[in-house]
Amino acid sequence: MELLGLSMAMIGLFVGFGLLIGVLFGFFGMGGSFLVTPALLVMGYPTRVAVGSGLAFVFGTSVIATLKHRDLGQVDYKLGLLMIVGTTAGIEVGKETVVHLESLGLAGSIISVTYVFLLGGIGAFVTYEAVKGDGGDGIDHDAAEEPADADDIPDIAKKIQSYNVPPMIDLRGGVTVSLWMILGVAFATGLLSGFLGVGGGFIRMPALFYLIGVPVPIAVGTDLFEIVFSGGLGSFLYALDGGVDLSIVVPLLAGSAFGARIGSAATSIVDEGEIKVYFGLMLLGGALAVAVREIGNVYEIPILNRVSLALILGSALLVSGAVVYSSITALREEHRASSPTAE
Amino acid sequence: MIEAGALSASVDGAVLIGVVLVEAIILYGVYGVVEDVLGQRVVNRLRNT
Repeated sequence: MELLGLSMAMIGLFVGFGLLIGVLFGFFGMGGSFLVTPALLVMGYPTRVAVGSGLAFVFGTSVIATLKHRDLGQVDYKLGLLMIVGTTAGIEVGKETVVHLESLGLAGSIISVTYVFLLGGIGAFVTYEAVKGDGGDGIDHDAAEEPADADDIPDIAKKIQSYNVPPMIDLRGGVTVSLWMILGVAFATGLLSGFLGVGGGFIRMPALFYLIGVPVPIAVGTDLFEIVFSGGLGSFLYALDGGVDLSIVVPLLAGSAFGARIGSAATSIVDEGEIKVYFGLMLLGGALAVAVREIGNVYEIPILNRVSLALILGSALLVSGAVVYSSITALREEHRASSPTAE
Repeated sequence: MIEAGALSASVDGAVLIGVVLVEAIILYGVYGVVEDVLGQRVVNRLRNT
């Protein structure tokens, strides 16, 4: 039996894969194209279809996850719109840089090395900070409007917030920061996003927390809000050339919509320090996967492409499993603490 | 002047993205109802097991 030109087994595979990605996307506000595109490429889809369908899927998932985060009060629309302005400008400059490097024949190698170091660097930094406990615990996920404790704001963000260059903008979570600092951070993340050719959630989400000082749940929700626009525009551009295949996107989205609900809800249950550990570990897994793939390409060892995909899928499966496990554990601990027998 | 082919491609592209958007909103609504109906029961079951 076939549906949308796909066998039921393939539809089941896409729905299951979507569920996995949805958990990560809802929880971290990232991980869509980073996971889907390489998987579709290995499955034999043309690059244009893999990238275009990946972007369309990211667009749909980000719509769902943003709506869920909006319900939880974790989207700062003012910050999101400002980030869109700065990021768009940065992406344009990043793309021009790539065009220039391509004309010199250096684009591929420089981008790959930058990607591995950036992904690995952010992953190591986030993991280290989470393990160290700096700026980790204590922010109440349900109290997005309340000012964050000064101890919870990373030192770099405190420094950036201290620059009093008008106009100053009040953000959710009691954060006040100069408009120019927001645009500067947005431009820098857009520049990297355009240069590396990725959605940029893995750069933007930590940047919102570590550089601007926005509490992690709001950073995730606001990042997703921005991805709605960037993913929508990107997938539309690919759709113009027939790069969006609905037989891939529809089942993936059916699974991820459910997963995104689980992931988004988990941000209100799981401790913030744990969120950052998982985020860091997933980035480190991604960096290792890209490094393995590049080594495979340079030394012409095709099996390393599959090893790379296995690393990406393995780290995604491990981290999404950890998110679900931590949520269940937190619920049980909460139940034990509040039950009369605990007294 | 806008060519008919380019306009048609734009409309097709917009329709495709519109389908994805509509699917996302429908799924959000349907899963939302499922969560409202079953969510608390599942959470209670997880708490107690």
